Amino acid sequence: MEPKSCSGDGNPSRNLHPSKPLMAANFLRCLSRIQQTATNSSVGSRSRRIRRAAYASMAYSAGHRRAWSWALLRKLRCRRVRPVILPRRPRIARPQVVIEIDRAEVLRKLVPGGTGMDYCRLLEETADYIRCLATQVRLMQTVTDSISS
Amino acid sequence: MPIEMSSRRSRITDEEINELISKLQSLLPESRRRSTSRASASKLLKETCSYIRSLHREVDDLSDRLSDLMSTMDSNSPQAEIIRSILRS
Repeated sequence: MEPKSCSGDGNPSRNLHPSKPLMAANFLRCLSRIQQTATNSSVGSRSRRIRRAAYASMAYSAGHRRAWSWALLRKLRCRRVRPVILPRRPRIARPQVVIEIDRAEVLRKLVPGGTGMDYCRLLEETADYIRCLATQVRLMQTVTDSISS
Repeated sequence: MPIEMSSRRSRITDEEINELISKLQSLLPESRRRSTSRASASKLLKETCSYIRSLHREVDDLSDRLSDLMSTMDSNSPQAEIIRSILRS
């Protein structure tokens, strides 16, 4: 799948949020390829591929500019992730205050890349992650509705 | 948050964090927002975690549904044509 670079590559003043049409295009391309190549596989394995495609296309659309998308792409081992020097790459934060880490412990495990960042950054990443995840869910619902109608 | 901990952080950081917490609250769907309207930060974090988990479950469910639907599609069906036409536009 052709990796679409996110909008405003390198330009800090542009909108960081991935566009919905971009996410839709990425996801539909994945679906189309799965449809062509997985005709004989089981429903379960195709479902896993679709699930993987959902997270991969979501992370591609967000690009490298977010810690969560970068962590997701690494986890999914997408080979097309360019080894770029990231100006905003999250550094492993030294444990600051024990109370601070504990209160977000569960959240850190839910947000990709959440374990290596400070509390403030975690909250920012969570907000962006939720926005993209909700958009991806709506997108999948739309596709499902239009196929089944 | 214990007093001795809060004195280590600057006021600006506290404000930033409160802002980020309210932003998170605004991202919760209406049904979840009501229970956290006057909640502590930790309650809001819990609700956020619960919301993220439910979104993950929706991705799983929708993947299953799409997989089911796709097994009934062949490459010449009208649904496949829908996908192709969306990709072309």
